[in-house]
Amino acid sequence: MSKILNVSQLGKTYTSGTKELTVLKDINFSISAGETFAIVGPSGSGKTTLLGLCAGLDYPNTGTVELCGADIGDLNEDQRARLRNKNVGFIFQNFQLLPTLTALENVVVPLELQGVKQPAKIGKELLDKVGLADRWHHYPSQLSGGEQQRVALARAFSNRPSVLFADEPTGNLDQDTGDKVVRLLFELNQEAGTTLVIVSHDMELAQKCQRLLKLRGGKVVANEVVELS
Amino acid sequence: MSATASGKASVSWLFRMAWRDSKASGSRLLLFMASIILGIAAVVSIQSFSDNLKDNIAIQSKALMGADFVIDSNQPPNEKVQAIIDSLGGADARAVAFGSMAIFPKSGDTKLVGVRGIAGAYPFYGALETEPPEAAKTYQAGGGALVDATLMLQFDVQNGDSIKLGNTVFPIVGTLVAAPGSSGIGASIAPPVLIPYDAVEGTGLIQTGSRVGYDFYFVANPEQDLEELDAKVDPRLDVENADLDTHLSTGRQLGNSYGNFGKFLNLVAFIALLLGCVGVASSVHIYIKEKLRSVAVLKCIGATRRQTFLIYLIQIAGMGLFGGLLGVIGGLLLQQSFPFLLQGFLPFEVEISLAPNAMLAGLVLGVLLAVLFALSPLLNTWFVSPLQVLRIQEQESPQSRRARLWVLSAIVLFIFSFSYWLLESAEFALYFVLGILVVFAILGGIAILFMRAIKRFFPVSWGFTVRQSLLNLYRPNNQTSVLLLAIGVGAFLISTLYFTKDILLAQASLESAEETPNIILLDVQTDQKEAAANSIAAEGLPVINNIPIITMRMQKIKERPVRELILDTTAVVNRWVLFHEFRVTYRDSLVPSERTVAGSWPEQQSSTGIIPISMSANVAQDAQVAVGDTIVFNVQGVLMETRVAHLREVDWARMQINFNILFPSGVLENAPQFHVLTTNAPDLAQSASLQRKLVRQFPTVSIIDLRQILTVIEGILDKISWVINFMAFFSILTGIIVLIGSVRTSKYQRIKENVLLRTLGAKGKQILQITTFEYLYLGLLGAGIGIFLSLFGSFLLAQFVFEVDFVPSAVPFTVVLPGITLLVLFIGLFNSKSVLQSPPLEVLRREVS
Repeated sequence: MSKILNVSQLGKTYTSGTKELTVLKDINFSISAGETFAIVGPSGSGKTTLLGLCAGLDYPNTGTVELCGADIGDLNEDQRARLRNKNVGFIFQNFQLLPTLTALENVVVPLELQGVKQPAKIGKELLDKVGLADRWHHYPSQLSGGEQQRVALARAFSNRPSVLFADEPTGNLDQDTGDKVVRLLFELNQEAGTTLVIVSHDMELAQKCQRLLKLRGGKVVANEVVELS
Repeated sequence: MSATASGKASVSWLFRMAWRDSKASGSRLLLFMASIILGIAAVVSIQSFSDNLKDNIAIQSKALMGADFVIDSNQPPNEKVQAIIDSLGGADARAVAFGSMAIFPKSGDTKLVGVRGIAGAYPFYGALETEPPEAAKTYQAGGGALVDATLMLQFDVQNGDSIKLGNTVFPIVGTLVAAPGSSGIGASIAPPVLIPYDAVEGTGLIQTGSRVGYDFYFVANPEQDLEELDAKVDPRLDVENADLDTHLSTGRQLGNSYGNFGKFLNLVAFIALLLGCVGVASSVHIYIKEKLRSVAVLKCIGATRRQTFLIYLIQIAGMGLFGGLLGVIGGLLLQQSFPFLLQGFLPFEVEISLAPNAMLAGLVLGVLLAVLFALSPLLNTWFVSPLQVLRIQEQESPQSRRARLWVLSAIVLFIFSFSYWLLESAEFALYFVLGILVVFAILGGIAILFMRAIKRFFPVSWGFTVRQSLLNLYRPNNQTSVLLLAIGVGAFLISTLYFTKDILLAQASLESAEETPNIILLDVQTDQKEAAANSIAAEGLPVINNIPIITMRMQKIKERPVRELILDTTAVVNRWVLFHEFRVTYRDSLVPSERTVAGSWPEQQSSTGIIPISMSANVAQDAQVAVGDTIVFNVQGVLMETRVAHLREVDWARMQINFNILFPSGVLENAPQFHVLTTNAPDLAQSASLQRKLVRQFPTVSIIDLRQILTVIEGILDKISWVINFMAFFSILTGIIVLIGSVRTSKYQRIKENVLLRTLGAKGKQILQITTFEYLYLGLLGAGIGIFLSLFGSFLLAQFVFEVDFVPSAVPFTVVLPGITLLVLFIGLFNSKSVLQSPPLEVLRREVS
């Protein structure tokens, strides 16, 4: 299998005034196409920072991130945006739907950015898959948390991404709703054959993935990737 | 799933996104757009009316003059002028015009009027509107007078009554409703009375020293080039102290003078617009701040910086266009009221029509100002990182700071360009921009200092509600600066209007002291002098001045003949000096309105034998002469060589008789002269009685009651200030809308805090007190700073421009300050009604969710 994400010698430091804070140090791993991969660790371990760097939302200070064959460090912000639009899907803990757009409009935005003709048809199919076919015209504020996250799922898969990054996808949901969303996430992922990268402190969710990376204090624990299944 | 992708979102997608987003949130910006709408309505209405005025003047210029062109002079035409008139085919009509006292024999009342003796079928364009209409055609043949309609009303005179002018009693054959060139301010002081030309001589009113205008009216051939005629004939007439005006040049002059007033009003409207823009900038700032999360999401899922920036730019520009459109409609409706507002200033009726330039300017202004003032907050969408979907980044990048500086420069440049467009003077535009920047900077600076001071010296020992209300002034997303700016500029404008009006009135006011003249007798002949003085004394009134006046013109300046200077286009002498008929007196002392600048008066010893004269500094400057230079005067045919021995600064603002040129005693005593006598009548009744007596006794003497003139000036100032107040009202209204908008913008923040306070047990009364105090501080501080700034500005204006003592009006302190404060309080409380009245849970559900 080809490598969809390759992280090498990755490091990230933030500067606050005169102080430097190292959030990530010497991270190395790679993910193959179609794999499910979890990044786990306690709060402050650098998981979200690592997700941001892997998805091309930020620049590393040291090392490289190669996403879908492109070195993130070589791309400017707009080139990275296009790379994300073409290859990446996102699920966030707090859903991050655009509040002024309806459910359907939220789902079709990535397609519209690609210039896809008649994106509404695809959007409605996806909303149907997440069980919200009849709620397409509702605004996020008119939907429950679980429903919002299902809209976010539909949006994440709408551009048929090569890799999907999920940041604590159940963090804002109750147990039942969270379980349903996770089930849906894995079903859609399997159906689309997408590489899935989940960031979570929930070990139960992490263990549903094929591989697991444990972080602590900005470093990979034991400096190795643990094979789960 | 099947789809085809072009690989790039189209421009239409940007518009679609802008529309989708504005559908859900645009209503929040609409209120702020209202302030732009008002500003644009004000600018468009004035701009459009000015355009209409210009067009009307161009169309009606012939009717305003009553002819195609006119040759006029202050003296009967000499041979050369007559030859020019004859070469033009002879005048089609002629008129002689002068001021005189009129007596209405029915009541014995007297009034200064503008007499015009007319021969010929004047006016050739437009019409003499009379009642009955046929009187306009018959008054010349019938030897009757047409008398101004207002004058007839004022003195209760009807057609068929009579009017006495000088030695002649004329039957009033018609009421003069309108005549070319006889309306406006001049007609308020000396209302027009038309009589036949041939009857003028019999009145005996034209005597030595009389200010008389001789006009010769011409109808041109349709193919005649009037501009060419003007260029060819006017210089030849200039040297003969005559002048040629075409209806085109007169129209242009008229247009320029009204244009200046329009420019001033436009600036007032522009300030209202700028104030609205500050409101827009502030609201867009908060609006965009709330949108940054969405922008980050869009970037996260693949939108570029340009795309996200353009979505919101399109939204703001769309709102600007919409605001501009509504502003244009409002402006066009508003200008319908202008003819009514400006009644009394305009020499004709203005027909209102659509002015495409003004409409286009309104639309462009709407878009440009909305975008320009929203650009700084909009830039945040460009610089926001997609990483913000995961965590908040508050740091501002150096790039974004640089971009903001560019935007600020663009705003200043735009204000300058627009002011330049309005004022047509780079210097005035620069002053205007600097003035605006200073006022805005002071208000903004004080707001910042105020907030810092509260933070630094926070009164920890004060009560809970007072402390909480102070805290509210520097909460995150606070609107303190914007509110202080809006309130301050509004208060500044209104107060400046009051203070300036006071300064202008102080300039024109009369001193009430007994020794200050308030009645002036003009054109008193030497043989009437004694008798007139006795008549004044017989009424128990003092003769304050008895001033001899001799008329003369300059013949040579520093050895160069005036005729030569007139033809020399490189001469730096101000041309009016060359044509002016100076009214000169002689005395050996200075009066209180005069101050020596150079030399001495009277000169101790004239060594050269040439007559020493004293000259006012402004005339000396215009004539380019200094102490020691020689001037030859033509005193009614006799040449007199003089030398400038003394220069005086004259306070022309004082309502008294001042002179440009003084001769020493012992030179002009035997020259043909007339006299000006002044007295002081303590009240209007005594003034009227004296006037009646004097006019009966000396029909050729003109009497000016300064109190009446002052009443006219006051009336004019009242009208002007009414118009300015009307325009300032837009600033106030804009300020109110910015205020409402600001209150509403911070409402959500406020609700959360108040709900929390109420949940923790704060009583409704305490919340009310907190809100009341907060708006009280804002209102008092904003209005107070505005008024004090205006007080300072007006003081400088009075000291250095008008050079009068400044006694400020109490109105800004007693009416404007409490008025604005209460208004702010009312708007603040009214808009917080739902926060104050609803239970916490209901508010949380309704407002926050």
